[in-house]
Amino acid sequence: MKIRFYFMIGALIAVLFASCKKDNYDAPEADFSGRIVYKGEPISVQYGQVNFELWQSGFGNYSALNVNVSQDGTYSAKLFNGDYKLVFSPNQGPFLWKKNAAGKQDTIAVNINGSKTMDIEVMPYYMIRGATIAAAAGKVNAFCKLEKIITNADGKDVENVSLYINKTQFVDGSNNVATQQINGAAIADLNNLNMSVTIPSITPTQNYVFARIGVKIAGVDDLIFTPVTKIVF
Amino acid sequence: MKKTNQMKKIIYAFAAIAFLSFAQSCKKDSAFLDKQPTSTLPIDAVWKDPNLVLTVVGDLYDRYPDYQTIEAWYTFTDFDEGFASASGDYFRHQNLEYGYDAWRYWDMGAYGYIRDLNMFIKRGQESTALKAEDRDRFLAEARFIRAGVYFEMVKRMGGVPLITTVLDYDYSGDPSYLQFPRAKETEIYDFVIAELEAVKNILPDNPTVQSRATKAAALAMESRAALYAGSIAKYSNSQLTLPGGEVGISSSLANAYFTKSLAAAKEIIDGGKYSLYKKNPNLSENFAALFTDKGSNPEVIFAKDFKLKTNKAHGFTIDNQPRSSAEEAQGGRLNPSLNLVQSFEKLDNTYASMASVDGSGNPVYYTNITDIFAGRDARLAGTVILPGTQFKGKTVDIWAGYQLANGTIITGDNFGQSKSEVLPDNPASVQVVGRDGPVDGLEFSAQSGFYVRKYLDPATGSGQIGTRSDVWWIRYRYAEVLLNAAEAAFELGDAATAANYIKQVRDRAGLTVALTPAQITFDRIVHERKVEFAFEGHELWDMKRWRLADKVWNGSNMSAADFINANNIGSATRTSTQVFGLWPYKYYNPGNANHLKYIFKVIKPSRVTAAHRFRIGNYYSSIGQDVLNGNPKIVRNPNQ
Repeated sequence: MKIRFYFMIGALIAVLFASCKKDNYDAPEADFSGRIVYKGEPISVQYGQVNFELWQSGFGNYSALNVNVSQDGTYSAKLFNGDYKLVFSPNQGPFLWKKNAAGKQDTIAVNINGSKTMDIEVMPYYMIRGATIAAAAGKVNAFCKLEKIITNADGKDVENVSLYINKTQFVDGSNNVATQQINGAAIADLNNLNMSVTIPSITPTQNYVFARIGVKIAGVDDLIFTPVTKIVF
Repeated sequence: MKKTNQMKKIIYAFAAIAFLSFAQSCKKDSAFLDKQPTSTLPIDAVWKDPNLVLTVVGDLYDRYPDYQTIEAWYTFTDFDEGFASASGDYFRHQNLEYGYDAWRYWDMGAYGYIRDLNMFIKRGQESTALKAEDRDRFLAEARFIRAGVYFEMVKRMGGVPLITTVLDYDYSGDPSYLQFPRAKETEIYDFVIAELEAVKNILPDNPTVQSRATKAAALAMESRAALYAGSIAKYSNSQLTLPGGEVGISSSLANAYFTKSLAAAKEIIDGGKYSLYKKNPNLSENFAALFTDKGSNPEVIFAKDFKLKTNKAHGFTIDNQPRSSAEEAQGGRLNPSLNLVQSFEKLDNTYASMASVDGSGNPVYYTNITDIFAGRDARLAGTVILPGTQFKGKTVDIWAGYQLANGTIITGDNFGQSKSEVLPDNPASVQVVGRDGPVDGLEFSAQSGFYVRKYLDPATGSGQIGTRSDVWWIRYRYAEVLLNAAEAAFELGDAATAANYIKQVRDRAGLTVALTPAQITFDRIVHERKVEFAFEGHELWDMKRWRLADKVWNGSNMSAADFINANNIGSATRTSTQVFGLWPYKYYNPGNANHLKYIFKVIKPSRVTAAHRFRIGNYYSSIGQDVLNGNPKIVRNPNQ
């Protein structure tokens, strides 16, 4: 009886050790990172709202890896080495993506072999130029110009321009403590946009806010933003 | 000698046994092996007896798809019509955006259902044993259900492969002959309309048949489908189209669809067999009873019925009954939002926020807790259990606490909690919060300040887990037919006809000052459907077809200022991204004229942390990657 008991313990230990063996695959190790840019300038977007897809063929279950673009237009992903195709699905981001001859979103071939940094060039509808954001007398005042980049038939109008402020560094339409909006119809001059918003009382008290300007383009989900600015008042 | 005899006997016995066993195995194999199963019925046996066919049809009806329904109360909270006062469902107010796969209806279930319907139709056409009239009705019912399934698919997915025959795989290793491309969005709508036109005169024209397909049910579905197609055409935009027409309808087709919608609705109206439910002179009670009265209800055209003491009963009343008078220690889950409540207009046809403060921002004091809701559309109290009103003869106890003269709030953190020595000059123990709440973050309490009333069953026992409720789920009712007709007529430029149809619905709600044809606007029609059909599963599809969804759920935060003296309540594009509530407080200031009067505060429940965002890619749900991988002819929906 005793012998049998020891045998069972031995078997149990053998089973447990068996599962300590290494997994079949190593974790992905290659870093793929970079920025979304227009002529070298990064494009700021809303946190967690813009992503592109990476496709890798040759494996059973064919589906996309989604890579999120962060607020300041950077992205990063951990990948296995291999050949990927990179594409933005239509209507992602406040920009247009190249189309192939068939009118579909074109793909970029990306070879990952070790870590890689790559800037992805896109064509935004508008760029925000010369933005200044500053605090004065309990208010945040902002000025900016808009440059229309896409002027052909694909171009779109501005739906509205908003100044957002928030107490944390995530600043957008759904994360803000105060906002001031100019409707597209009310914009007379794209080169002279002024906004001003009163800073509400913040608990617990802090002597700074984060602010940025976002431009909503008619018929496009994602806004284009200026970089987040920390403003001490 | 004796021994030999015994031997002989044994040999004879063996011979007899052997003979018998051989004789046994001389029967045919098939007589032994081919046995009829006793647990299922063979197909040709079913198609001999109308009662057996009816059981098959019953299963087909049972699988009819709904998205928002009383069997899933939480779906009503996804679009800020209501707040989910249950801890497992707070996430519905904490997710910023709707997934592209939300409301997807294109899977094995949907096409398996269509296959079953196609198979039923094929077998019915081949059967000869039934009486022709029975068989034709069953076939028409299956085609009605199939049209309903395709309508459900097209409103969620856009054009889908249109399969009307039974497809079988031949095991050849090449499935490409089973791969069908997506039909155009118009083709699916045209199929739905044509099928319903074809079966309407085969189906019984009998208003007492309400849980099976009738002529009016076919026409009501046709009217709705044509209206959806018409508004998709009229409000189309270039982003919501695909080059092959799988998504998007040309605006030139709008009028043709509106004409069809109006004609189908008129056929029901002119038939004169249905009317609005007007049994109770108390208009709010009447509106509530419309949904629960199953005895000769002249308004209900097509419903999913339930029955007590079977497994076809539901728990909507258990889930949502007022907590203080609940028959179980739960309830109160679905809390209508202030967004919805303030949409009910005043009796002079104007819109106004609930008057919690006056024009200069001072609180308004009310002697009775219900006074703030007085003079509104009767449908408000028929849809929502307001503070101080009754359900099942018991008054709900919704108030959030005391406010002292210096502005201090005295409240509790559990249902009907009592505290002592909290009020000035009053050491006694007093109740400091209503027995229905509202307490922020306490599930089952009225966290928006309201409970839902529509579809709550007034029958005793309906709130017990052992009994449940048999209130039916109304899919098509006469008021919708009237509003479909009004909208179609308005879109066709006939505001006078629209005003006439809309008047009947508004009269029943106590809005007796008729709108003139000049006052009928698009915003009015949007508003009328919003308040008439709250919690009836229309909201999402209406907002989608009008292409308003991305404007109403635009992801921007809301603030209490949007609910205080708001001037855009009647606007179709008014933002509604977050649930707000209205909490009553008792004002405590002995000696003051306003002592123990009620004041109201606009609040945002703390569990509401994100603003809903409906992206352009949400207008048509995404198609699963497994479907795309399995059939290279399928194109993806736009903007995802």
